[in-house]
Amino acid sequence: MIVGEQKPLEEIKGFLDGSQKVLVVGCGTCVTVCFAGGEKEAQILAASLRMSTALTGAPKEVTDVTVQRQCEWEYLDLIKNEVQEADIIVSIACGIGVQAMAKHFPDKWVVPGLNTTFLGLPEEQGIWTEQCQACGNCILALTGGICPIARCSKQLLNGPCGGSEKGLCEVKRIKREHGLPVMQTDARGRKTPVIEDVDCAWHLIHERLKALGKLDMLTQIQPPKDWSTARDGGPRRIVREDLMLLDEG
Amino acid sequence: MSAQDSNGYKSGGNLEKVLRGGYFAVTGELGPPQNADGDHIRKKASHLRGVVDAVNITDNQTAVVRMSSLGAAFVAIQEGLEPVMQMTCRDRNRLAMQADFLSAYASGVRNMLALTGDHQSFGNHPTAKNVHDIDSLQLIRMLRDLRDEKKFECGEAIKGQEPRFFIGAAAAPEAGPTEYRPYRLAKKVEAGADFVQTQLVYNVEAFKKFMEVVRQLGLHEKLFILVGVGPLKGPAMARYMRDFVPGITMPDHIIERMENAAANIPKEEKNARNQAWRDEGIKVCIEIIQQVRDIEGVAGVHVMAIEWEEAVRPIVDGAGLLPRPAVD
Ligand code: SF4
Ligand code: SF4
Repeated sequence: MIVGEQKPLEEIKGFLDGSQKVLVVGCGTCVTVCFAGGEKEAQILAASLRMSTALTGAPKEVTDVTVQRQCEWEYLDLIKNEVQEADIIVSIACGIGVQAMAKHFPDKWVVPGLNTTFLGLPEEQGIWTEQCQACGNCILALTGGICPIARCSKQLLNGPCGGSEKGLCEVKRIKREHGLPVMQTDARGRKTPVIEDVDCAWHLIHERLKALGKLDMLTQIQPPKDWSTARDGGPRRIVREDLMLLDEG
Repeated sequence: MSAQDSNGYKSGGNLEKVLRGGYFAVTGELGPPQNADGDHIRKKASHLRGVVDAVNITDNQTAVVRMSSLGAAFVAIQEGLEPVMQMTCRDRNRLAMQADFLSAYASGVRNMLALTGDHQSFGNHPTAKNVHDIDSLQLIRMLRDLRDEKKFECGEAIKGQEPRFFIGAAAAPEAGPTEYRPYRLAKKVEAGADFVQTQLVYNVEAFKKFMEVVRQLGLHEKLFILVGVGPLKGPAMARYMRDFVPGITMPDHIIERMENAAANIPKEEKNARNQAWRDEGIKVCIEIIQQVRDIEGVAGVHVMAIEWEEAVRPIVDGAGLLPRPAVD
């Protein structure tokens, strides 16, 4: 699923300058499941914006509505009236939903309330991890069902690199909340970001192929990837003429 | 065996000649400056000339912006050094790499070392986008195809002079999963590597285990293995390497030796302590060279004296490896 995280409230508030009637639009699919942009989050965000704009002495009228899927036209038609009423739309769907709103309501100013973070899965309660980069040419059959394009920091096809140690990648990630680094105070009283370990995807691939008795797969040299199926080939598009005909029929 | 030029060499460079001549090879390392000062390279080169057979010119090492390995290699050639130009997969895609290979060969570079590259998060531009269009294995294969098949990566023929490099790879014998490391080296041999330089080795016992498997696989007969060695500047550096550098294990006895080196010198005498540490670091390095030299299948050493080029001569000399051979 698509995983997102709400933007910092201050950033969203900054988008509202010059607008009075604000409509927060949630989405009932992926971002509901990851607790970032569903009905409940839309209500909370609307209340927070009402409260914090009131506190600054310039209260705004903030309402909210949530559709089943912001990335499908028929669902957007259902909120036509609410959208017409508003000066600005804060979409807390993924980036696809935001763009669908902007396209469907061409005369409305639409801004994002989420950072769309990755395609991933809920690893455990409260933890989501990236799994796929939608490269357009899936190689999971070569790597035991573990994706090095999304999960190796260097997207190696013939890993692991020399930075793999004790199952961890040499790369450490800055821990973030709402897109901002989480800070801590170190022993000398300095503020530093909290650093998190990252699994080495190629270590995982090695362990899995070993467990399944398929380590010899790692002796094959994988040739350079054809990135033209990925974003590097330009924006992608799928045309299914069989379905287009059905639609007309 | 891949195609060779009319002299029987793949590249005709000095490093290839020394290794094929059966000499125990010595390579060094020169980090280009974080500025546009060619004299910086000339000064470092003066410490290495005549002491090593070839010098690695690093490519934005630790992901810090520096003079490019291509430009610095060119200055090194003017200074009479043979460069081993490093190329990482972090900063260039296959177009930029091949363009640089053509330029490098035209400038006289004869050795190319294929590396994955440190992640940009370690360097001074952590917000940069990385490339990793191809990986180090694919880079080795590309270098081989450019040379032996006279083909660009896309398969198009090179019309005219092809870039003929002696192809280097890196190996990290102690990185994880260690059991896979000899097999990854085997893959690099198959891809077309002519020589390999290893990550710094301090744990000679662990390295011997790696070499046992390497010999079982017959890799030592298919490529030249140069062991990475380097002098420690003090106990803090030893501990740092133990704790923070992936792929290096630091035996306790080396840390103890470094700690004891200045144990009898009062703390206030900073210079004397530093000198004692550095002397000990050079001694340890020489001993490691002597130990790895005795391991079957080791063809040379790669001396990495990072920002301490002056140390290379006493190390190479102390290990009995001077003068360097002149092969024709
Ligand atoms: S190989 Fe490509 S499509 Fe398959 S999981 Fe990885 S990024 Fe996604
Ligand atoms: S340590 Fe593992 S995950 Fe990290 S870059 Fe290297 S191979 Fe990829």
